[in-house]
Amino acid sequence: MTKQVLVIEDEPNIVEAIRFILHRDGWRVDTHADGATAVEAVRTQRPDLVILDVMLPGRSGFEVLRELRGADDLAALPVLMLTARGQAKDRETAELAGASRYMTKPFSNADVLAAVREMAGP
Amino acid sequence: MSRDTLVGSRIRERRALAGLRQADLARRAGISASYLNLIEHNRRRIGGKLLVRIAEALEVEPSLLSEGAEAALLARLREAVAAQPGTGAELDRVEEFAGRFPGWAELLAEARRRIDALEDTVETLTDRLAHDPHLAASLHEVLSTVTAIRSTAAILAGTDALEPEWQDRFHRNLDEDSRRLAEGAQALVTYLDSAADARRSLTSPQEEIEAFFAARGFHFPELERPGADPEVALDPEKLTSEAARSIAARLLRRYADDAAAIPLDLAARVVADHGPDPVALARTAGADLSCAMRRLAALPPDVLPTRVGLAVCDGAGALTFRKPLDAFPLPPFGGGCALWPLFEALARPGQPVARRLVQAGDEGRPVRAFAVAGPAALTGFDGPPLMQAQMLVLPDPEAEAAPAPLAVGVTCRICPRAACPARREPSILATGF
Repeated sequence: MTKQVLVIEDEPNIVEAIRFILHRDGWRVDTHADGATAVEAVRTQRPDLVILDVMLPGRSGFEVLRELRGADDLAALPVLMLTARGQAKDRETAELAGASRYMTKPFSNADVLAAVREMAGP
Repeated sequence: MSRDTLVGSRIRERRALAGLRQADLARRAGISASYLNLIEHNRRRIGGKLLVRIAEALEVEPSLLSEGAEAALLARLREAVAAQPGTGAELDRVEEFAGRFPGWAELLAEARRRIDALEDTVETLTDRLAHDPHLAASLHEVLSTVTAIRSTAAILAGTDALEPEWQDRFHRNLDEDSRRLAEGAQALVTYLDSAADARRSLTSPQEEIEAFFAARGFHFPELERPGADPEVALDPEKLTSEAARSIAARLLRRYADDAAAIPLDLAARVVADHGPDPVALARTAGADLSCAMRRLAALPPDVLPTRVGLAVCDGAGALTFRKPLDAFPLPPFGGGCALWPLFEALARPGQPVARRLVQAGDEGRPVRAFAVAGPAALTGFDGPPLMQAQMLVLPDPEAEAAPAPLAVGVTCRICPRAACPARREPSILATGF
């Protein structure tokens, strides 16, 4: 069965590049660009994995992640956080909020692919 | 207290430094020990030949005894040494240095002040880099665009047999993003340029405010009439940063409020009758004691018979206003001496505290200090009360007749008092004195 990833990111050209490389790798890719409705999108689409940007319009990625982790049925969902700031503080915030992995921009396609494959498991 | 009344104190200080007994020095100078005793307690004026003989006996320049070195300058020199320990500066001879080379000493102290101010600026700028929301947004924009370019370029360069539609699409994206990157980088440069402009001056806000108040003699005639707008006294030439202007505006508003509570003519009458007595002033005006203290420190020199100093601190003990006195220097940065009545008052809000003090290393120049603490603002029933304490400092002309004053310091690092229970860090003078 094809695995599904939901990319929550508001930068259209980053979304397009990620969509392309993951699609080539055999994933079904859905996208969402708004922080305020992100949790709802996860609930409707039920992805196997989420790629979540920190700086989203409407609501921060950290808050979205906290709400996901607070819900029983979504607490174990693998989430890869993307951020443009690599400070120790941000990393700590991401870990506390419950991120499975954390990646700083600008990342390479190979890194994203490797992280996603690893997080999805066998 | 004028300079020449302190010749005796300086003689006593130099004699103690030289390890001489009063009798030894008296014999060398050819006078009686009891006469020297009177001189040392500033009860006899001396000058001319006797001063030169005593100076020779002490092996110092006569001018060192007649003029002395300003206590404030000495404190600043000690601060300079404290800031750069291990330079081998002869701390035990600091008074001799300041006395013999006043110009060089002033230059050194001034250079140190400048370093402190610059370090403060560097800290402010570092803070700003870390927390500036505009800068963070600009950098985020640039990093996002770079990320898109990197991913897109990697796909174009590394994908075999990329369909022409995709190829076209990614080329378009790349073109679009490269433009955005150029714009973002340009915006960032423009922002950084204008940010540098906004802080032309390299002085800290606190320093600008102190220079501004000192230049005005801590007195603002334009705020003495009822209903005066405190903003009119703001001097944008001297207060270049937004932070300095906003702090100064707050201080001037308090000045105007104090002036409304205790009009200048009333204050002048009370001072003429009772001297600079904060209690008499508060009673006559029916005002707060704290307001009377601040008001005394804001009176012009033709009203005051003597110079007065003032220190104000908030509930955290941080000094929020400094009007130093020659006899009672205040630390330009950081905390004061925990023994000051200012902090004693803070621990007992509402209870006025009066103390005779003498600052370490400044023997013979005692001061009287009055302090009181109370609420700084009405916070209502929610949240903690915001406290504020003020301390008025006056030269003490009757010190000789008075009980021994309490020994305090400027700030721990340059304070020679050994075994002080209030000490929070070691003194660099501990072995020097």
